[in-house]
Formats: sequence, structure tokens, C-alpha cells
Amino acid sequence: MLKGHQSWVFANRPMISATGVTGGPFEANGKLANDFDLLYEDLWMGKESYEKAHRLLLEEAIKMALKKGEVQKEQVQFLFAGDLINQITPTSFAARTMQIPYFGLFGACSTSMEGLALSSFVVNYQGAKYVLTGASSHNAAVEKQFRYPTEYGGQKPPTAQWTITGAGVALVQPNEPEKLHPVTTSATIGKVIDMGLTDPFNMGGAMAPAAADTIMAHFRDLKLDPSHYDLIVTGDLGRVGHDTAFELLNKSGLKMERKQFQDCGLLMYKDDQPVQSGGSGAGCSATVLYGHLLNQMKKGTYQRMLVVATGALLSPLSFQQSESIPCIAHAVAIEMNGEKG
Amino acid sequence: MRMESKQKKQNTTLQQRNYQQLQQKHEIKRPVLKNCIKAFFVGGLICFIGQAVSYFYIYFFNFTEQSVGNPTVATMVFFSMLLTGFGVYDRIGQFGGAGSAVPVTGFGNAVISAAIEHRTEGFVLGVGGNMFKLAGSVILFGVFSAFVVALVKTLLVIWGVL
Repeated sequence: MLKGHQSWVFANRPMISATGVTGGPFEANGKLANDFDLLYEDLWMGKESYEKAHRLLLEEAIKMALKKGEVQKEQVQFLFAGDLINQITPTSFAARTMQIPYFGLFGACSTSMEGLALSSFVVNYQGAKYVLTGASSHNAAVEKQFRYPTEYGGQKPPTAQWTITGAGVALVQPNEPEKLHPVTTSATIGKVIDMGLTDPFNMGGAMAPAAADTIMAHFRDLKLDPSHYDLIVTGDLGRVGHDTAFELLNKSGLKMERKQFQDCGLLMYKDDQPVQSGGSGAGCSATVLYGHLLNQMKKGTYQRMLVVATGALLSPLSFQQSESIPCIAHAVAIEMNGEKG
Repeated sequence: MRMESKQKKQNTTLQQRNYQQLQQKHEIKRPVLKNCIKAFFVGGLICFIGQAVSYFYIYFFNFTEQSVGNPTVATMVFFSMLLTGFGVYDRIGQFGGAGSAVPVTGFGNAVISAAIEHRTEGFVLGVGGNMFKLAGSVILFGVFSAFVVALVKTLLVIWGVL
């Protein structure tokens, strides 16, 4: 149901019944290694190209979600997924393997929440019994396309971020009230915001206003205030973007505590890993949410959270032509089943 | 570049400028002085090794100080190729910055890393087509500036200045 200007409320509270999360070697050394279902020791993952490895990450995450949800792939109506590679080939090729009717999404690093919002909407209105949604990225495949060759010795500035290797997939299905699972309750779809920043090594700074805009729209549309959520978590703003977004929100009068406002890109890695300002990439919010955060939610650490995935909608061509970086953010609210909002 | 940024400023709205100011406060600055010092020592070390290689060729082979440049450069590029292939040079680059980018080893790294990266697209379109993706502009503008310098020198000789 539409509420306010750009938000949906899911009255039937679609349930995230299972998730599958895969990651690479760098994530295996990170803070959240225990929250991954499958970790690869090597970036090649036994494949001939990074792009094929990228596809494998998503395929394995989908299989894992199906296995944990005890659902056959033939029972799944739709797959909503995307990634960062040109024409989202890793995702489309994985969809070819899985033979599930497929919506290919591109929202850069906001794809995870774009997919979860659409999946929840479809399930909420009985459009499907089972929907899979997810996002993935592969460090070397993405860097190859957007930046320099992996082994090139260019110095990255401290505002740069590290594209994570990983895929996160969720199985969304109609609510079963007796089951204790996370459910989605509302979503806010963001608009494209461009504050004129042009530095592709400072994506956090470019994306922060989009995150702030969507968060403000969410609270305005749903007539809530930040205390409603135990956790408001952004996708991959990194250190620079996260601090900036926090100031923007505070200035606009949304009062929240620092502890309540976190970022997936900052949760992923240990302090001594050379990731500059934190993790990023389409798989960042997907792996952290579907792995770590939902696990924490099941343990009772969080009751209600708002996940805001942010994406920078640039291409290697657009920044070489000196265009600024347009950004977007989508938010989905997640609760534990049985808790009445 | 400066013209470009001036133009950009005129095209931005007040809201964008206000945000950019706010954002700058949070932007982590490059530690320029620290980077310069690191670049000085890393670059110096690479050149020190290069000098040692030069002396090696002069003392053990029949090279003079004028002719030793070619084998030295080839050897240094070979070292950088090995380090790039073993995945070490990008780490040196993150630490050393300009220190490891400016010497000829940095040039070698730019060529080899692109060649490795595009191996999966085949030898012709992948390796061949992309090998000089980064280094190509170094070659182009290097050759062009050498041409301009040579032209200036020739004219000065003709005019009797030199």
C-alpha cells in the first residue's frame, strides 16, 4: 500500500525465510567471517575468469538460500537481482543456470534493497509464493571495469573504498505467523540525487545526500521518528560518507544516536585491513544484511531496523567525460515476526 | 584542469556548493607530507638498485656509462614484471605512491598489470589490445615531448644560439 509520497507499507508482512551468503578470501579475514555460509580461499574460485567467479558467488548463494529454505528452485516464481558489471552479465548468467523467471535490476550498490523492496511488494500482494532476491560483487571483476588493473601499483587516496567479494541472497515468502523469522514491513524508494561531486575515489561523499534524502523521506512518509528503529544501517557509505550523512540528518532535525546509525561497509572489515574508508559494492549491503544483521536480529540484538542501501550511478565513461556522480538510495524496514509495530 | 574546475563551479547550484563544503569537512585528506617522504625513500631505493645494476653491467660486461642505460632499464622492467606477477608491486605502490610510479619500474608495472588483467579476453583483443591502456599515454606524450625538445634544440643550433 502506498503511504506518503514514495513509500510502501507491507500489511501482510512478507517473511525472509532463508538467506544464502558467500564471500571471498578478503572477507574471510574480516570481522564478519562467521556470518558467511560459504567462503572461498581464492579470488579465482577455480574458474578461468573473475567474471565467472562472480557468477559462481551468486549461484552458490542462491543454492544456499534454497537449501536452507527447503524449497526447490522450480517452486520459486521470480528472481530479482543485479550486480555492477556491464549489462549485469554475472547475474543474468546465474539466472540462466537457475532457470527461475528473472528481473534483472541495476541500482549499483543499492540493488540489494531495490530487489528486497520489489520482492516484498510482489509477495505482499500474492504475486508470488516464493521470490529470491539478491546482489553480488567481485572485487577484481568490478575494479577491472571501474578502476585500474588489479595489480596496478597506483596509490589509492584515504577516501577510496574496497569493493567486497560476495553475494547475499534472500528467500522472500508470505508470512507464516507461527514462525520466528524477520519480516519486511515497509520500503521507501529513493530519487536520484546529484550534489555535483566528481571524484570516483570518494563515492561515500557523493552518496551521503542520497542516503539522507531517502531516510528523511521514509520518516516523513511513515510519520515515524528514528527512535522507532534499534538500528538504521546504510549500505556502503564508508567512513567519509557515513559521517557526512550523520551530520546531514542531524542538521535536518532527525535525532539519533551514533550507535544507532551504522554502515555495512564499516562493519565488514577489521581495522588493520587495507580498505581505506571501508567496504563497498553491490554485495556489501547484501552480505552484511542477509548474513550478520539478520543473524543478530534472530539472536535478539535488534528488533526493528531500517536498511538503506546506497548506489552511485556512474560509469567509467561518464566520469572520464567529467560528469558528476548521480546517486540513489532505497530503504527497507525489517522486523522480527510477532513484534507489533 | 583549472579551467575545467572553474567551469564546474559555475554550473553548480547553491545547494550543491553548500553540500560540497559540508562534505569537505568529513573528507579524509591525503597525508601529502608523509606520502612525499615515503615516495622519496621508495623512489630513492629503486634508483639505488638501478645504479647497482648499472655498475654490474659496467664491471662485468663491456658497457660504458653511455650505453649501460638500455640493459639497466630492461633489467629493472623485468624485476617490476616479476613483482607485479607475484602480486607485490601494487602493495609497494600503495605505500610508495609516486616513488614507485615515476621510475621505469612503474611504467613496467602499468604495462604488465594490464596484460595480466586482460589475459582472460584472449591474446589479441585482450592482452594485445589492452596492454598499453595505461602506459599508452606515457609513450605518446613521452615521444611527443622528446620531439618538441629536439625541435627547439635544432632551431637554437641553426640560429647560432647554442
